[in-house]
Amino acid sequence: MSTTTIPARPADDAVREGYFGRFGGQYVPEALSGAIAQLTDAWHTAEADPDYLAELDGLRRHYGGRPTPLYLASRLSEEAGIEVWLKREDLAHTGSHKLNNVVGQALLARRMGKPRLIAETGAGQHGVATATAAALFGLACTVYMGAEDCRRQRLNVVRMQLLGAEVVPVTSGTQTLKDAINEAMRDWVTNVATTHYLIGSAMGPHPFPTMVRELQRVISTEMRAQFADQAGGVPDAVVACVGGGSNAIGSFADWIEVEGVRLIGVEAAGEGVGTGRSAATISEGREAVLHGSRSIVLVDDDGQVLPAHSVSAGLDYPGVGPEHAHLASIGRAEYVSTTDAEALDGFRRTCELEGIIPALEPAHAVGWVLRHGREVLGADARVVVTMSGRGDKDVDEVVEVAGWDVGVQRAFDDAAGDAGDGGDAGDGGDGGEERP
Amino acid sequence: MTPTTDVAGPDLAGAQAIQAAFARARAEDRAALIVYVTAGYPDLATSPACYEAAVEAGADILEVGLPFSDPMMDGPIIQAANQTVLDAGTTITQQLELVRSLAHLDVPKVVMTYVTIADTRGYAHFADELADAGIAGVILPDLPVAEADAWLAEAGRRGLATIFLASSVSTDARLDAIAGASSGWVYAAGLLGVTGVNAVAGDVTQELVARVRARTDLPVAVGIGVKDRASAAEVARYADGVIVGSSVVRAAGEGDPAGAPERVRALVTELRTGVAER
Repeated sequence: MSTTTIPARPADDAVREGYFGRFGGQYVPEALSGAIAQLTDAWHTAEADPDYLAELDGLRRHYGGRPTPLYLASRLSEEAGIEVWLKREDLAHTGSHKLNNVVGQALLARRMGKPRLIAETGAGQHGVATATAAALFGLACTVYMGAEDCRRQRLNVVRMQLLGAEVVPVTSGTQTLKDAINEAMRDWVTNVATTHYLIGSAMGPHPFPTMVRELQRVISTEMRAQFADQAGGVPDAVVACVGGGSNAIGSFADWIEVEGVRLIGVEAAGEGVGTGRSAATISEGREAVLHGSRSIVLVDDDGQVLPAHSVSAGLDYPGVGPEHAHLASIGRAEYVSTTDAEALDGFRRTCELEGIIPALEPAHAVGWVLRHGREVLGADARVVVTMSGRGDKDVDEVVEVAGWDVGVQRAFDDAAGDAGDGGDAGDGGDGGEERP
Repeated sequence: MTPTTDVAGPDLAGAQAIQAAFARARAEDRAALIVYVTAGYPDLATSPACYEAAVEAGADILEVGLPFSDPMMDGPIIQAANQTVLDAGTTITQQLELVRSLAHLDVPKVVMTYVTIADTRGYAHFADELADAGIAGVILPDLPVAEADAWLAEAGRRGLATIFLASSVSTDARLDAIAGASSGWVYAAGLLGVTGVNAVAGDVTQELVARVRARTDLPVAVGIGVKDRASAAEVARYADGVIVGSSVVRAAGEGDPAGAPERVRALVTELRTGVAER
């Protein structure tokens, strides 16, 4: 089984390059036109180049740890009342699916002669993956991360710094993922000659949504073969969490043309759809242009982007990749949502029943399956949930937000006395402060 | 020389008003001065007086910034001004009422905002509300020509000029399209980067202006990186117009709101001297 297959683009892309139905496009400042054209060319050349594909495949296997396992989660299945398989992207190097895309783009940056990578990050998983690839290839790296996210994902800030990246806490706007993207775009506009903006999700201007899907397609290609081999046949549904939507589009890609497999994207509903404290873009948003493409966005009547909310920094984004907007509009994929509370339940039950500490992002997918899987999919359903990342980064935040007394905080308090809280997030960051 | 896209046409009322303003400046042997201020800044009550002061001090064209929550092309100064206006709860409708109250100012007014605003309002509705408020043209820095057909149709229907940005990294083919699709003027970016941070890259920008001139008879104005009398004078030596934004917004914002119009007047007076010093 090859871990790297990048087949020709599906026909629906061909309507107009860079568009998925009426979504997508290249809404970028003129200063980026050259870089985008160069990237598009480099990608088209690379995806047809056996040397590129072989190098990518080798790195994925021997450096990244692919293929990742497909695992029948028996105890979660019992709790959900349906058969639940986990695609274990949490076991890939750096602890998430993000490296799939990052290695592919870092190789392109090297081909284009760009010595510097920049990235946005929400939960820090994409930032860590980018910092990792920068170290691997000897490239400079700057990661933009909302100051609020630096606080709640501090472990990943430290990991990026250890890997040699500069982490810039972004204090503008909502201080979360969308503002980190704005700041990365501003950097790119300024330093476009030397810098590749390594976008981490299936969003942004063309070619990013298509390129990121193809680089993440490995998830569904492996999943399809593994499922046939281990379970037989095809699953009734593939379930993945959706922020910008990179693990979801990678999980869906090989199934889009396969009839009978339901594709279910789980958005973060925060405090609930309709509360104004949500990140459920497809459920609550409207068509608009954001960050380089036409998609579905949480905007008000004036076109001002509304603040998203989610306990998960990685899903806390008021937009979504344009192909997801398209798949929703044609009904090929379904988009549901999970509240913070349901996601925290998914988090805890995955820990307790399977011995797997999930990232808060895929905990949304697990939370949905536990709460609604049997009711929506039927008692005989077999589903694959993409476990897109591991949750080490989230444990402090989860214990604090959920208020769970797992005994740890007392142990810390006893050991630390009133010792100060070192390890702030980045220069000028304000991580580590206690919440009111 | 031949525009590849001739959507706009020469007969848009807004474009004619803008080009007349450039012609008046040229007749005085100087560059035109285009002054940007964020609508509703420093507050809704003071904002009209800032525009009046800019015109009285010699601005030939006003650029009215409609704030956006995620201004990708703007540096810290205009970002902060946008946020101040949005935090005050000021709406697009109120900002356009403000524009309507400036009808007595005898200069063309153009709107600078982002495509998300135009798109969410609906291109047709947005073109209507701008034209009804007396706006002559529009700058949408994240709407490239290749994505602009739908907007250009609506802008054209209401006689609005559309000013596209050209960059030193634009290819010849893209400059052809930009020159062909623009009306009113062509906006040459003075540097690679966002507003209000770095200074104009002189040689590179001069070359860009020449490349645009080779493709169109439209005026070419330089913005991004012009901040004071000296840099205005420098750009005025090779461009038809000089666009100043961040430093005007900074002047409006640095101090009590009541004093903002006088601070704007003082700076624009300096800039106007600069554009005649070429």
